[in-house]
Amino acid sequence: MRRVLSVIVTNEHGVLSRISGLFAGRGYNIDSLTVAPIPETDFSRLTIVTSGNENVLEQIVKQLHKLIPTYKVIESGEFVEKEMALVKIPLNEDFNGLDAMLKAYNGVIANSGTNFIVVMVADNANRIDDFLKAIKKYNPTDMVRSGSVAMDV
Amino acid sequence: MDLNGSQMVVEALRKENVSVVFGYPGGAIMNVYDEVYKQDYFEHILTRHEQAAIHAADGYARASGDVGVAFVTSGPGFTNAVTGLATAYIDSIPMVVISGQVPISMIGTDAFQEIDAVGISRPCVKHNYLVKHVKDLPRILKEAFYIARSGRPGPVHIDLPKDVTAQVGKFEYPDTISIRTYKPTYKGNARQIKKAIDAIEKSKRPVLYIGGGAVNANAAAEVREFAEITGVPAVETLMARGVMGDDNPLLLGMLGMHGSYCANMSMSEADLMIAFGARFDDRVTGKLSEFGKHAKIIHVDIDPSSIGKIVKIDYPIVGDLKNIVSEMIPLAKEKINPTQYESWRKLLKRYDEIHPLGYKDTPTVIKPQWVIQRIGELLGEKAIITTDVGQHQMWAAQFYPFDRPRQFITSGGLGTMGFGFPAAIGVKKAIQDKISINITGDGSILMNIQELMTAYESKVPVINIILNNGYLGMVRQWQTFFYDKRYSSTDLSGAQPDFVKLAESFGGRGFRVETKAAFDEALDEAVKSNSVCMIDVNVDRLEDVLPMVPAGGSLYNMILEHKD
Repeated sequence: MRRVLSVIVTNEHGVLSRISGLFAGRGYNIDSLTVAPIPETDFSRLTIVTSGNENVLEQIVKQLHKLIPTYKVIESGEFVEKEMALVKIPLNEDFNGLDAMLKAYNGVIANSGTNFIVVMVADNANRIDDFLKAIKKYNPTDMVRSGSVAMDV
Repeated sequence: MDLNGSQMVVEALRKENVSVVFGYPGGAIMNVYDEVYKQDYFEHILTRHEQAAIHAADGYARASGDVGVAFVTSGPGFTNAVTGLATAYIDSIPMVVISGQVPISMIGTDAFQEIDAVGISRPCVKHNYLVKHVKDLPRILKEAFYIARSGRPGPVHIDLPKDVTAQVGKFEYPDTISIRTYKPTYKGNARQIKKAIDAIEKSKRPVLYIGGGAVNANAAAEVREFAEITGVPAVETLMARGVMGDDNPLLLGMLGMHGSYCANMSMSEADLMIAFGARFDDRVTGKLSEFGKHAKIIHVDIDPSSIGKIVKIDYPIVGDLKNIVSEMIPLAKEKINPTQYESWRKLLKRYDEIHPLGYKDTPTVIKPQWVIQRIGELLGEKAIITTDVGQHQMWAAQFYPFDRPRQFITSGGLGTMGFGFPAAIGVKKAIQDKISINITGDGSILMNIQELMTAYESKVPVINIILNNGYLGMVRQWQTFFYDKRYSSTDLSGAQPDFVKLAESFGGRGFRVETKAAFDEALDEAVKSNSVCMIDVNVDRLEDVLPMVPAGGSLYNMILEHKD
């Protein structure tokens, strides 16, 4: 089962390797992991997407709590969850229909150059999957996808 | 007060009332050692290997209940220490280990004797630090001791770059510590405690399953009282040996792979398990699907991640065992009548009569179990026993008459050969009025034999008793049972040192024992000698540790007989 965890940790040296080392050492899955400092605090927030059964998930939460720098593990409740993707499309493609597609997936044109444009979308994970499939018809030359960021509501 | 980093280390140790530090100097930790030279607050014991320094600090901690402290240098000094850290971590032993590191400006350059020490120690310590600036050092030292001894205890590692040991800063050692992100739970949930007592009252076949947490929490008196007022029979894990006291009629012995028949049957037939500071190790549970099949489980543990990790728990209680059992006692007095489990206790007694723990003694050859029993008869409560790992360890756990916690000191979780001798050195430094005995094997003792020099130089009288069967006996036993007697790399008889001469060459005393009478004499003389000793006892080569639950087997299917 796919689960999203939001983990608040003290923003200190080596804390990310403590977390990733915990997952690696105990054989837990990491589907994605994003991390950034929380503004105006000395904490960082990690958003971890993992999978496993109830027992595994319970252990993940307990083991995360056991780490000294862990302040809070938010595991349940409603999350607003978004991923981002950047896609580079050559300018010589026929862009017919691209605008409508971007609109459907909260997308914008993020950049353009002499030979390409870069489009950006932000949406939940399975919608990003769909978008990346659909955008293939424009023969993209590069695609970059982020991990999830999530906020509990 | 302005101090440099090295002086801060020494000052912090003084404030923490550290009386002895074990260690080994080297380039990166030299500034600290220079301060060690100048002070007389604590004694420094120079071990002959960093692994031994950590085990000695560990033995000190296990025997005293205080935090053990060790210093090592960077690079190989630190990597040698890792086995010691892992040993202490899995057995939850409070310890602070300070390693030297190359100067900050050189970190990451593959400098001489540089290794990513915090990267290596991370999975085998409770917490670790790389000190980046001397201003952080007083707080880090204070936190390290606090984290090591609070909550579920464990080793804490501080990696200290050489330039930080020379930097000068303000030394303000905090009186108290509060870490926002670290708040262990000490008090148990009152409603859960009440529910647990109700469950005990309703049970017909309850068993107390006592683990090493009872030792760490100094809860032996409470656990004994609880057993006595409820009349619930008890089993001990390897780590809990001594908690109940072996003359206690409620004690069914040790459980698990080499547990007594009675103890293992009690777990298999129980309708309620009361786990006190035990973590359901696979050497205890055997086959999980058969473990406690008929039982509901109460689990008291200070570490929430221990609860439900291996088996499903019906009544989880997080907190300090001493607190929680103290709260359980008055409720139990009110509700539970110790006569209500009389028929259950009778049944268990019957199991003990059918298959008691024992061995067939012979006049011609010394049985290893006899040696253990004999040490018990001759020294009893006057000795603190450490062991290495293998058959001798299990025999010691089975046959020595332990009457208190912290009397049996052994590497339970990691199973570290080479632990016993350096740990015994630490034990003797902690508890000077007891005799420090390391029961070991001819395989294990060679893993840290160089510590003869440490014991001799530092005048720490430790008596090593080698149960010498010329085999890596436990592996040989498995090869007998499960590998059709293919004794691959386990026969040591063709290539053994002369242990007597070896001891003597390090300045100690050596004894070779081939008869029972000679053993008594050797032990007597060793105790009187007050020096480091090796008693090399020729024991039956093919004796097996029994009973035995094969790995992955169920507790009620024990091998009870020697396989010829």
